[in-house]
Order: sequence, then structure tokens, then C-alpha cells
Amino acid sequence: MAQLNNGVAASVTQKQPLWLLAEVTYRCPLHCAFCYNPTDYDKHTKNELTTEQWISALRDARKMGAIQLGISGGEPLLRDDIEEIVAEAHKLGYYSNLITSGVGLTEKRIQAFKEGGLDHIQLSMHDVTEDISNFITNTRTFELKKKVAAMIKSHGYPMVLNVVIHRYNIDQVGKILEMAEALGADYVELANTQYYGWSLVNRDQLMPTREQLDRAEAATNAFRERVGNKMKVFFVVPDYFADRPKKCMNGWGEVFMIVTANGDVLPCHSARVLPGMTFPNVRENGLEWAWKESPAFTKYRGMEWMKEPCRSCDEKENDLGGCRCQSYLLSGDAEMADPVCTKSPNRHLIDEALINSQNPLVREQPIIFRTDKNSKKYVEGDKERIEQFHALP
Amino acid sequence: MENNIQHSDIYAIALHHRFQWEEAQQSYVILFPEGMVKLHGGAGEILKRVDGKTTVGEIVVDLKTTFPDAEDIENDILGMFDLAVGKAWLRKLN
Repeated sequence: MAQLNNGVAASVTQKQPLWLLAEVTYRCPLHCAFCYNPTDYDKHTKNELTTEQWISALRDARKMGAIQLGISGGEPLLRDDIEEIVAEAHKLGYYSNLITSGVGLTEKRIQAFKEGGLDHIQLSMHDVTEDISNFITNTRTFELKKKVAAMIKSHGYPMVLNVVIHRYNIDQVGKILEMAEALGADYVELANTQYYGWSLVNRDQLMPTREQLDRAEAATNAFRERVGNKMKVFFVVPDYFADRPKKCMNGWGEVFMIVTANGDVLPCHSARVLPGMTFPNVRENGLEWAWKESPAFTKYRGMEWMKEPCRSCDEKENDLGGCRCQSYLLSGDAEMADPVCTKSPNRHLIDEALINSQNPLVREQPIIFRTDKNSKKYVEGDKERIEQFHALP
Repeated sequence: MENNIQHSDIYAIALHHRFQWEEAQQSYVILFPEGMVKLHGGAGEILKRVDGKTTVGEIVVDLKTTFPDAEDIENDILGMFDLAVGKAWLRKLN
């Protein structure tokens, strides 16, 4: 059978980076407490790829099979060459998506995106109330976001809203969906906070209770029933409340490739937290080498790297052991089963985090916002000052 | 299987969706926000004929002519339309 299907099988099993995420800058006018960007992003803001380098990366990735393109950040609109990048992406045949806070989107720019062939714009919204929206982003951007939503709609774009969910807005999920409906949203992603980067720093402050989560899911289902096919609502379940891990990125180096602001090529958003890894850079050996041959991309591809309990687990193909970054960040061992899994010897770390986040003495501690100043502290190794906010009394 | 597709129906690819040939995958795909569907050969042959002008009936005739050896493809074609409409990949124009 394998011989008969040889040609076909080869084309099917060849892994292709179908999804390319271009994190074109880490600069951002917002300071969201849940941002998954690295806490030390400040050291990656100086050496951004040029327009020509981005275009060349897009061309190379397209040849390798990339088709869905996300242009993200930071706030991508802080670069003034997004129009050029978008137009080139369209010529290359990408289905392209601008992932934005809305800050910096003007009539002139959206017109240029439309003419250049940008396929859709994903706008982040945060709450139905100005207070919570401005609080969690540490900016005054609520009214602006609503204006941008109307602008996106008026240019004939599908309205794709992304709402990160945490304990400050989770009880408003029903109202958030009604707001999305009123704005004419076609797709809404309710992304429960996952804990990486800044959101891990603020985990105890952001984590909802299980009861809140259940109510939010019920509100979402009720909304879906009422609205039907008119609006697609995705409810991304948070890891910590599950008993099996997610198949992170649909597998390491399987379908997803990220090129970061400074040209690092990553298999997932937060891979740079992993110790002892050297990630390829587009300035050096190019994307094809990065994807196919670089030690970083081959390290956790497939299942060879696994140890027990994953190695002999009859569910290992379902989730590939979960998330390497989550395992490392919580247990210090990148190759252990994701602590979310109840079969992991580290599951207690999740359970303890769930309990801690309900401890008023912990959860009422101040949030550390994603600001250049705070990031510089991380870069400088000045972590104690920040961590002391979070230490148990 | 209940089928709501009529021979006189005219369809187009849904708004915000794109249908294109993918060289790297050697197949047609439908692209939309946050997603992509890879179409098997037959499905691709059907959807590439959906242009907002041609009726379902004309597409059936065209495919029967193009693939004379395929048996009873009419039901398959109608079934594919039914699926594509259900998934909101297509919108009805008439």
C-alpha cells in the first residue's frame, strides 16, 4: 500500500507552514495585561526587519506552501510600510489578515489596504464598558475601537473581533456578544486568556473561577442558538480548566511558522522562553532551512522527544504532549508532559495556580502592564521587584 | 438525503471567501477568516465552475461531459452543493 501510494503519500505527509504569522513589530500603543508577547520584548524592538526583508520572507514562505498570513505585533500599524507588505502578500496569493488594536487605522490607510488586496482585519475589543476596556489595556482606546469597527465594516471587510477573556470581563460575555452583533461582527473569537508572557506575570489577577467560565460558556451557547449562522462565535477554552492539554500549534513545526520583528523564526509564539534553544533567523539561513532543517524546528517535531508519561500514553497522538513552553514555564522541564494533563506528575502546579488565583491576598495584587518601562526591567534582570508583588504574603 | 438544491439555482463563492488552486498542496482550497478547507479533486472540479452566472444544471451537464466515465455523478454534485451551502462557502444569487 505504501508503495502504491508513494507519490501521493509524499505530497500529503510533507509538512508545510500553511499559516505564517508576521509579528512585524513589538512596539505597541496599548499595554494589555494579558499580552502573550515576551516580557523582554524591549530587546527585540531595535532590530526590526526592513520592508525588503519582509517581502522576501513572504515570497520564500509562499513557495513553501504558506497561504494564511497574519500580520500582527505589537501593533503592526506602527510601521508605515504595511500597505506595501499587504499589496505584495496579495500578489503572492496569500489570504491576508491584519491583526490590530485599531490604533493608527485611518480612512486613508484602510483604503490603501483595500486597494492592495488585504482580505480581512481582526480587531481586538475588550469589554462593553469603557472603564474595563481602558483599564485592561491601560489606555483610553474604547471609543476609538468602536469607530474603527465601523470603519472596517463600511469598507466591506468582514468584521472579525477578538476579545481576550479574563476575570474582569468574563461575566459580560453575553453583553460582549450583543455588542459584537450591534457592530455587525461576522466572526467573534472569545479567547480565554492563556498564560504566557505578560499574562503569566498577571495570572493570579486574570484567572476567572470555574463557575464564571461555565456561565460564560452557557451565555455563548445561548447566543449562538439565537443568532445561528449569521455570526460565527469561537469560544477558546482555557487550558487550566481542562484535564487534557491542547495540541499546541497543531504540533511543533507542523503547519505554523512565525517570523518575529527581528527576523527570528519560531514554531510558536512563546518558544523563545525555552532554554538552550537557538532559533533560526531569516537574515541568516533563510526560511526553508529554518523550517526543514534547523535544530529548533526539528527538536520537538513529532513524538521522538517524548519521555514518560507521554511516550507510552495511548492519547499521545491527540495532543502531542501539549505545550512545551507551558511545561517549561511551570515545571522547568520543557520535555515533560504539559502540566495541564491529569496524567502529568506536574498537574498539581495547575491546581495550585487555580487555588492561588482565588486567594484574595494574591488576586488583588496590582497588575503589571505591558509597557516598555516594565519590559526594560525584565531585560535588565530586575525581576525581583516585579515578582515581589506576586509573592504569597 | 434531503436535497434543497435546484437545477436552476445560481451560486457564487460566499463573501469574504476565496477559492484558489494551491500549487504546494496540489488541490483547490477555500480560504476565509481563520480557516482553510482543502478540497478533494471532485469537489474542486465542481466549485471551480461556480462563477455567479452558471446554473447548477449547466454545471451538472458540463461535468457529465467532461467526465463521461463517472457514474451517477449528479447526486454527488448536488450533495456537494448542499454541503457547501450548509458550510456557508457559497451564497445563492437567485
